[in-house]
Amino acid sequence: MVETLQQLVNADTALVRRGRYLTTTFLLQIGAAAWLIAIFEGRIVSVTPGPFVMPSSSFALRAEAEAWEKFCQHRPPPGSNDLMALIKRRALKAEGDLQVFMANLRYFKEALGKLRQGAGA
Amino acid sequence: MSVRFEPITGRYMHLELFGKEHRIYVEEAGQGTPLFCLHTAGADGRQYRALMNDARVTANHRVIAFDMPWHGKSSPPSGWHNEEYQLTSAHYTSMILEIMSALELDRPIVMGCSIGGRIALHLALDHPERFRAIIGLQAGAHVDPYYDLNFLHRPDVHGGEVAAAIVSGLVGPDAPDGERWETLWHYMQGGPGVFKGDLYFYKIDGDIRDRVAEIDTRRCPLFLLSGEYDYSCLPEESLAVAGSIKGSEVTIMKGLGHFPMSENPQEFSKYLLPVLEKIGRRSLNAKLSHRD
Repeated sequence: MVETLQQLVNADTALVRRGRYLTTTFLLQIGAAAWLIAIFEGRIVSVTPGPFVMPSSSFALRAEAEAWEKFCQHRPPPGSNDLMALIKRRALKAEGDLQVFMANLRYFKEALGKLRQGAGA
Repeated sequence: MSVRFEPITGRYMHLELFGKEHRIYVEEAGQGTPLFCLHTAGADGRQYRALMNDARVTANHRVIAFDMPWHGKSSPPSGWHNEEYQLTSAHYTSMILEIMSALELDRPIVMGCSIGGRIALHLALDHPERFRAIIGLQAGAHVDPYYDLNFLHRPDVHGGEVAAAIVSGLVGPDAPDGERWETLWHYMQGGPGVFKGDLYFYKIDGDIRDRVAEIDTRRCPLFLLSGEYDYSCLPEESLAVAGSIKGSEVTIMKGLGHFPMSENPQEFSKYLLPVLEKIGRRSLNAKLSHRD
């Protein structure tokens, strides 16, 4: 599912344009599974599934599988509808250099929102 | 080509607050019982624009909203460029009372959202005699910080972009796109450090948990309306406040978020109109029994 992110994000020209100053690699962990997601000037260039021995990333987002599943529902329930909602409930941890994450927060929210059922490209 | 003007008038009020000259932008529409509206942190009085355009409200209410100093079209006081803006409970309270007096409002209904909802609880506790009724939207007694507030004001993060991105998930899922993005635009337009300075009140100075149960609704009726999708002020937090205040009334608004009057005015009116009607009936009854 997470692998589809590359195609979903890159097909959204407005999102890619908003991310044109964003070049980074971040780690997404859902339960025991992890992915390194590399972004170059707003386009996702690779989604590499783990497991990793020594993953390097600017920051990491780590969620429990159940919390992430709710976030990905077509109409998530209250408390699961947004990355910040998950962070407030401690259901999502943001770690590392969070300047990159916060300076591009709308980008990351909208990019990961693509994984929501029925969100489409 | 015909144009349409909204029935809202805006004026700039000059008054002294905290020993400094201030220029405050005040908007209003309608006639009747004054309904004095307080905007959320980091935004401005435009959040009440739909209410001021709703004839069902303005037919018998004078709806008034002001932009707090540093917000919207109100200026920060002279000398601001060397200050760190921080909103405190004391300043917030006296600003509201002073502006009310300057406008010669006689016991208005006060309605505030988020920080405005929090200060509404302070007003219910400390100045109930000044109000006909108090309506707290998204009103909780306290909110713990859930992100590093320093990100709101630093040169390597765009303040407007990050403020809007932080609050975007607080808009309920059913908000029409136009209203959703208008609400976020207000956040994008905030001055540097202003949202952060407001949150000083919301998350630190304005904590009212240990006093909220002392609110006496016999002195002033208290109504709480909270959106189901608000994770800043959770519905259970408004329910807890209501549970600790005898005589208060609380309603959880389905599908709505943290900015009900701004994100989805149509839905919000379904909850607000019955409250205004109830307040109107109470005022009338009080007047009649006083006459007897």
